[in-house]
Amino acid sequence: MIRTAHPERITATPAARAAISRLRAARGEPVMFVQSGGCCAGSTPMCFPAGEFLVGDGDVLLGEIDGCPFYIDAGLDAAWLHDSFILDVGPGGPEGFSLPAGVDLHFVATRAASTCPTPPTVARGTGEGRP
Amino acid sequence: MQYVPPGQPGSMVQVQPRYENFVGGKWLAPTEGRYRVNLSPATGRPITEVAHSTPADVELALDAAHAAKDAWGEASGAQRAAVLNAVADAIEANKEMLAVAESWENGKPVRETLNADVPLVVDHFRYFAAAARAEENTVTEIDKDLVAYHFREPLGVVGQIIPFNFPLLMAAWKLAPALAAGNCSVLKPASPTPWSILKLAEVIEDIVPPGVINIVTGPGAEIGKALAANPRIAKIGFTGETVTGRLIMQYAAQNLIPSTVELGGKSPNIFFADVMAHDDEFLDKAVEGLVLYAFNKGEVCTAPSRALVHRDIYDEFMARALARIETMTQGNPLDTDTQLGAQVSAQQLEKIVSYVEIGRREGAEVLIGGERGQVGGDFTDGYYFQPTVLKGDNKMRVFQEEIFGPVLAVTTFADDADALEIANDTLYGLGAGVWTRDGTRAYRMGRGIKAGRVWTNCYHQYPAGAAFGGYKISGIGRENHRMMLDHYSQTKNLLVSYSSKPLGLF
Repeated sequence: MIRTAHPERITATPAARAAISRLRAARGEPVMFVQSGGCCAGSTPMCFPAGEFLVGDGDVLLGEIDGCPFYIDAGLDAAWLHDSFILDVGPGGPEGFSLPAGVDLHFVATRAASTCPTPPTVARGTGEGRP
Repeated sequence: MQYVPPGQPGSMVQVQPRYENFVGGKWLAPTEGRYRVNLSPATGRPITEVAHSTPADVELALDAAHAAKDAWGEASGAQRAAVLNAVADAIEANKEMLAVAESWENGKPVRETLNADVPLVVDHFRYFAAAARAEENTVTEIDKDLVAYHFREPLGVVGQIIPFNFPLLMAAWKLAPALAAGNCSVLKPASPTPWSILKLAEVIEDIVPPGVINIVTGPGAEIGKALAANPRIAKIGFTGETVTGRLIMQYAAQNLIPSTVELGGKSPNIFFADVMAHDDEFLDKAVEGLVLYAFNKGEVCTAPSRALVHRDIYDEFMARALARIETMTQGNPLDTDTQLGAQVSAQQLEKIVSYVEIGRREGAEVLIGGERGQVGGDFTDGYYFQPTVLKGDNKMRVFQEEIFGPVLAVTTFADDADALEIANDTLYGLGAGVWTRDGTRAYRMGRGIKAGRVWTNCYHQYPAGAAFGGYKISGIGRENHRMMLDHYSQTKNLLVSYSSKPLGLF
């Protein structure tokens, strides 16, 4: 079962909400977000048609923005100290297989200011399989 | 010396106004006729335009690959090796041109493309030419009348998706083994760096049989899935970040085909106290080993982005390292004196800026750098970031997240057990570095670190013949070694009876 963050740990700027609204209107379907980590396009929220990316028990639902879910891998979430994110839009096209946030725009997940000042007690990924 | 930027008068790199897809040995316009601008990150200004392809273009490339696959798959090892060696020779003959093109498109210093990227590309094709030629199948005598013959057979047509950090070398790492094993490829370059691989295609277009290599450029959202989820590929190879890696494996699962994925890293580089036992050439090498975090502006999956320094030598060793970092030359990537170029894109630069801010907020101490790099003149709008070192604790986010920029996170350790614990306290397991004069310690640490590659008293060497790949979430599969032929082959077993006697069951 997919874990859900309580309270939600994702919010969005007006620019991101407008981009989602435009994407939904253009595609006729909702979208989903998955926070990526590592390598070239890492640290980027990837935007897919809703349901395109299969989430599993190792993922955490951080919340929804206008009905569009935002997920993160539980291991990344723990390593990143269960931070909160603000979905925004930045200049330049998307990476990976992500949908753009508009012409030459991509989605960005910035960190909400120090929402988790002390490291939590959740076990970290220290090597043997996925946390 | 300074090379003239591609496309300018006197440059050794000719630039056409736009580039089409390389399909079936020809240049093929995208079916919808759309193109997009390709920028140089050093200036933020256009180099050329490349095809903005759609799924229909992927299908055309797959048509070409399928038309070529039987003949290429049946070619002898000697014939395939001859083609791969000819590819290597052609690239070597155009080494400077390709090094300048790749440097200008990616932002990396030309001293790196001249001395690392392009020579490694050449060597990689030669290595797999040799592997194809030396390939032997096996015969097992099960008993005196029953013999198992094992033949390696090509998969057919494979899809390959590569990242922006080594546009030519990552292509070579994917293409050389696939071709050596008798496959045809449809390759999608990364969106920020589609052009230099097309320059490479110009160099080899008359050497490789039509359809064996096909290159389609365009946005991942439009053509990535069209390739990776296509029922007409027999395997998908990918290098990139974790979410796309999972998506690739998901598509492969849906088509029941194999995949190999090389994903991220946050590699520890460990300096034991004995590196400072003598003030000698080895110590100098170790200091450079720390500074190698800035190689390719830190845009390397295996970047040694976490330095773990024994607390007894921390002050003196870091003083030497910081002095070396201070002298680093940042600027025009086409200047052979430049050591640190421009980040590949505005998006990358934005991420680096944000991570350094995160580091400051969580209490990391900025030992050097920490700001956007200021390079004047033509490079004022380039995506530069200063070489940066943050001191902190391994639990901090800047020690856990791959920044993919010239940002080193440094911390101390007390003893070997502490070093190993910190080294392995990461989601990733791609690379690691161990620096010590004690061979036994080097061996024990190397075996203890959960990573696919442990550089010992060296770093950032990528010779063909040394297997490369990840533990943990850094990926599945190995590259850079003839074991790659397994990743790109089927095993055909003929089980042959030389006995005339019936089993007697029916």
